[in-house]
Amino acid sequence: MLYFSKVKLFVIYSLIIFLSIFSITNFINTEKNFITSKKINLGLDLQGGSYLLLEVDSQPIINRNLQEKLLQLRKYFKKNNIKYKNLTLKNKKIIFHLTKEDIKKFEKIFFEEENTINNYYDIYRSHEMTFSVSELNSIENLATISYTKFGLIEIKNSTLDQSLEIVRRRIDEVGTNEPTIIKRGNDRILIELPGLDDPNRIKRLLGKTANLTFRLVSESEDNFGSELLSYEESEQKLNISKRILLSGDNLITAKPSFDNQNNETTVNFSLDRVGTKKFARATINNVGKRLAIILDNKIMSAPVIKEPIVGGNGVITGNFTFQSATDLALLLRSGALPAPLNIIEERTVGPDLGEDSIRAGAISLAIGFLLVIFYMFVKYKLLGIIANIALITNLILLIGILTIFEATLTLPGIAGIILTVGMAVDANVLIFERIKEEMKIEKSNIHAFDTGYKKAQSAILDANITTLISAIILFFLGSGPVKGFAVTLGIGILTTLFCAYFFARHLSSIYVMKNKDKQISI
Amino acid sequence: MISLADKNIKFSFFYKKLNFLSIILIILSIAVLLFKGLNLGVDFKGGTLIEIRSESTIVKISEIRESFLKMNLGDVTVKNFGKKNDYLVKIEINKSEDENFIKSINDKLSNDLGSVVNFRRVENVGPKVSKELLNAGLLAISLSLAAMLFYIWIRFEWQFSLGAIVALMHDVIITLGIFSLLSYEVNLSIVAAVLTIVGYSMNDTVVIFDRVRENLKKYSKISIAEISDLSTNQTLSRTLITSVTTLLALLSIYIFGGAILKGFSFAMIVGVIVGTYSSIFVATPILKYTKVNQNTVLKDDEKNN
Repeated sequence: MLYFSKVKLFVIYSLIIFLSIFSITNFINTEKNFITSKKINLGLDLQGGSYLLLEVDSQPIINRNLQEKLLQLRKYFKKNNIKYKNLTLKNKKIIFHLTKEDIKKFEKIFFEEENTINNYYDIYRSHEMTFSVSELNSIENLATISYTKFGLIEIKNSTLDQSLEIVRRRIDEVGTNEPTIIKRGNDRILIELPGLDDPNRIKRLLGKTANLTFRLVSESEDNFGSELLSYEESEQKLNISKRILLSGDNLITAKPSFDNQNNETTVNFSLDRVGTKKFARATINNVGKRLAIILDNKIMSAPVIKEPIVGGNGVITGNFTFQSATDLALLLRSGALPAPLNIIEERTVGPDLGEDSIRAGAISLAIGFLLVIFYMFVKYKLLGIIANIALITNLILLIGILTIFEATLTLPGIAGIILTVGMAVDANVLIFERIKEEMKIEKSNIHAFDTGYKKAQSAILDANITTLISAIILFFLGSGPVKGFAVTLGIGILTTLFCAYFFARHLSSIYVMKNKDKQISI
Repeated sequence: MISLADKNIKFSFFYKKLNFLSIILIILSIAVLLFKGLNLGVDFKGGTLIEIRSESTIVKISEIRESFLKMNLGDVTVKNFGKKNDYLVKIEINKSEDENFIKSINDKLSNDLGSVVNFRRVENVGPKVSKELLNAGLLAISLSLAAMLFYIWIRFEWQFSLGAIVALMHDVIITLGIFSLLSYEVNLSIVAAVLTIVGYSMNDTVVIFDRVRENLKKYSKISIAEISDLSTNQTLSRTLITSVTTLLALLSIYIFGGAILKGFSFAMIVGVIVGTYSSIFVATPILKYTKVNQNTVLKDDEKNN
């Protein structure tokens, strides 16, 4: 156990030097062209920032899709001369009555791989919709159509993808520092915004679907084809036509502006070609009527159309502050979310708390480290120094590996490093204690050391593997800061084993070779 | 032969008495857990947690409490956290869907206290997420117990496996019992602490077991009780030194690591102490009770060869 081949030594020391370089560069401000610019990332709890978990509410989309499906079905029945009755939507299902003969015909078409009303997904080997029949009376059957599991997954996935894109655009527009925006599962979006201590504006921006429509204010008194909507800022309500003249999809730019004439902040927008045409036609036909500009079912303003707008540029007014006009313009530029987003988890740490945590972590690491080093020296004297050199190397290697992987260091992660310091000496303690025992029966120092290392091996392996198992489980099941703990603890165990079994063993072999005939006291 | 160890403490002499003590502690812990329950943090119960620093130091905790009561936010707890003008507020309800919720609290609070308050940390966890986090935490603890059981079962014989797992349960239950008794908050980092305790306690037990197995193979005529004593004595100095270094590191976190790591390091300190105790007085006695002898470990060797 005490003999090392030259190759082995070369590998051991190169590895130590290699990792030390990364470890050191982590603490110097490096230019890009200097050896490496890799650095340990600081978690949100250390550098401050916001973590948001959003859930996409796909229910409205599912309802809307069912609504469209229903219209498709109606057209389809008409075209094929199928007599249906009571075609309605109920509890997220489309139900209708058909005669028994028609049912068979319909069912056959409904489950063909190529058909216009029920998509087939190759990857899932499943249709979008499923179909069931129950008997109503001797002539008619009740048919029910609903989404299959995979149909729902497909809706959720596409809704999530679209939402992600819009969320990304909105956050990019705000211009925060290196945001992380990723999907979680099939209906969640995780956002990390480092350095942001007040997520209020982002939350407000993400809380709006920003569905913009231009609709006429209805002049007739009856409610057919129109709905009662209220203003954004007041209780006042207007009867608004349900027909959409133009929607936010046709907008290409929007920016806040100040109208000197009326002394108010506005949002100016311009439309794409299709939008310009639509808008021109609508305004030409409706001069003198009131055009309502509606955002998320709230009226922003409802000005009278004084003259046709043919240039494709328009102005939205509505008691804006400069900030709210800027935000509205941003929302309009980045487009509407396909579905509402709910914030289901939020964690924000202010930058000063992060700094305090780093300071506290560093102090407790330094003190813990010194205490352990002192204790080991008192307990084992010279061998204690070897263990302490190994411990310092261990720490350097641990930081080096964290740097190479650009791992994220969190506050619990720092605790993991300190804990590693406390537990890392265990391997050497096991070995030294074993050597001590062997020295009592062995005359030769070399033999005692050799047997000590050999016999301690199985206990060291078993002991460290058990802690490693805990760390791995924690890594996969833990979240956020706790994951950082699992990372440092896990890597710490690996570096500990390396340091005790290769590095410290080599140091002790040098020591024992030099003192083979002297009395060694442990 | 027994004089091979430095010390010669008759641990087996205390097995019965200390096991009785352990059983009482476990029963008490379970009773406290059942009747008092754990003080679950927002991670697992949902709600809002706000760490407040008031700019003025003359603010009284009762004023903060009063201000929150006026806001009608359900159950609210306010306590000092770390420095004198730092407070931790836990609010039962979470209104994450209302994006102005946090801001409105800050406005009202600043207004009531007549000075600017700084929200240093805000955690807002919805009921769905907290339930998921709780399940993930429980799953992590059960999985790690199962993994340990499996590992020991592969490396040792079933008697050892049983001893180790009983010791682990003993440690986890008593640590949680103490948390319940002291009403310390249980959050995600406590789960991390419990998992590390599981790893540490296992580590400690394995070192003794390893020695028991070695000694069993060496000496055929000595009873398991004596083998246990011998092995425990031989490893005692290592057990104590490692516990001390780990505790030194943990104490350093507990004292200097700031308020956020207090709960975590406290759980670990309790766990390390209980874990060290249980390796000697819970795991090892089970080898005696299950009548482990030389054949138990030799059989295994034949299997492997």
